[in-house]
Amino acid sequence: MSFIPNTDSDRAAMLEAVGKPSVADLFHDVPASHRFPKLDLPPALSEQEVLVELDTLARANADCGALPCFLGAGAYRHFIPSVVDYVISRSEFATAYTPYQPEISQGTLQAIFEYQSMIARLTGMEVSNASHYDGATSTAEAVIMALNVAQGQRRRVVLSAGLHPHYREVVRTYTQGMDLQIIGDDEDTGPLELASRCDSATACVVVQSPDFFGRIIAPAVLTELAKKVHACGALLVAAVNPVSLGVLAPPGEAGVDVAVGEGQALGNAMSFGGPYLGFFAFRREHVRKSSGRIAGETVDGAGRRGFVFTLSTREQHIRREKATSNICTNQSLNALAAAAYLAALGPRGLAQVAELCWHKAHYAAGKIGAVPGFRAEKAEFFHEFTVSCPIAPAEINRRLFETHGIIGGYDLSADYPAEKFPARKNQMLFCCTEVNTRAEIDRLASALAEVSHA
Amino acid sequence: MDSKVDQGVRYSKTHEWVRVEGGEAVIGISDYAQNKLCDIVFVELTAVGREMKVGAACMVIESVKAAEEVFAPVTGTVTARNEALVKTPELVNSDPFGKGWLVRVKLASPSEVNALMDAAAYTSFIATL
Repeated sequence: MSFIPNTDSDRAAMLEAVGKPSVADLFHDVPASHRFPKLDLPPALSEQEVLVELDTLARANADCGALPCFLGAGAYRHFIPSVVDYVISRSEFATAYTPYQPEISQGTLQAIFEYQSMIARLTGMEVSNASHYDGATSTAEAVIMALNVAQGQRRRVVLSAGLHPHYREVVRTYTQGMDLQIIGDDEDTGPLELASRCDSATACVVVQSPDFFGRIIAPAVLTELAKKVHACGALLVAAVNPVSLGVLAPPGEAGVDVAVGEGQALGNAMSFGGPYLGFFAFRREHVRKSSGRIAGETVDGAGRRGFVFTLSTREQHIRREKATSNICTNQSLNALAAAAYLAALGPRGLAQVAELCWHKAHYAAGKIGAVPGFRAEKAEFFHEFTVSCPIAPAEINRRLFETHGIIGGYDLSADYPAEKFPARKNQMLFCCTEVNTRAEIDRLASALAEVSHA
Repeated sequence: MDSKVDQGVRYSKTHEWVRVEGGEAVIGISDYAQNKLCDIVFVELTAVGREMKVGAACMVIESVKAAEEVFAPVTGTVTARNEALVKTPELVNSDPFGKGWLVRVKLASPSEVNALMDAAAYTSFIATL
């Protein structure tokens, strides 16, 4: 069966319209030698042989399931209860595309509504949208929202250097051509110093807590920052780690206007960096400037509970060419995984996960800090912390992996080069979650003692 | 549908109206425009104190059908806005020339108003659309 929907006569009509005698003439600009190059492929394999081959290739990977891993830096390994995969594997959810007549898919809308309700509760914000692609795109959408709240009258954005480097890059990519001035991340200052760079031309200040270095912005500091930012008439955007909210105060309580972040840690595997989900929660007063879409609960004509798409004010199908957000979809299955994870754990379960992360990371910081030549940063942190090393982190990671079978930490030198950030010289990030055992952490500490003077 | 054309105001080609009261002008959208938009669900008013420049987009009106920009029919500084529209944007549908007014501005150059269409010209204009 042919999957080409147009017929021979359709094609003849189209060729005549463009004045070409044959389909081959359409490819006339591609040099003949490149049109059908010899691919030099090995002979075809049977299905059984292919599976053996792929299995062998997969075994060549060193993955976090097999080796102790202390990498974080935005993607985190957590235990995922089996119920999460069970729920998201149901064909009603797994195979569904965003419904174009959304109300026909009540189950999808209910799942999104429940996801939104949990995110709003977790962040302490009034409204959550149905999610974005990842933490970086959520952050960029928050910046665009702030620009729209200012009705185009404020063209400056202040970013913290502690905001994930990828998020800062995506903010710059999303807003290129908008004639903005993006400042603040050229030096690693405290959160309150960012407020001093805020003025009547500033649309928003974006911070992260725990930040990229793992440091927690204390609730009192975040509250004071929010007051200062609001005094300038700007919005405060905070990127937060959702698991940390099991023990930390929600950003909404501090007066944050938009709380965004990477939702992967909630029931989604690291899976090579995506697909992930970006959560996006905010104050109701800005709902008309919000991005993405919002599912809502209502009743039908007979008074029965039902779900609808309530709002998608900035999207193409409403605003056409004036759309300010062209994200008309999300990765709903990832949002569903987050909802299933949060439902499975409950508030107490999430708090336990967060406590385990905190304790294990602090145990690890103590052990690593006691290794001669290593110094763990003293700031308040959650489950990730910076360590100053006696030699280059890249070399440490290589030796940890090759000699000890340990996946080490995140080398900060590419994102924070020593010539611009001298305090970050030879620094790396280590992360511990509830899945790291005490034995693994002890092994890491003794391995570090060896590799640093090998 | 026949649209009402208020005789006492001036009109822009983008369907805003202006009623001059002393040195100030009240601005709204025409009955023709609200008919085309259908049920209005949100009006994004510009802030008091903001300068608006003739011809530039200054507000957004959102209906169940579309979101459309409102273009400033005159240059001036916003002195008041119709706060009732925050809760009841449908006033623009029910009374576009009265309770559905959008903002009041202090005119920067009152002669700009003369460049706008009078009711007769606007009536012929919408007949051609």
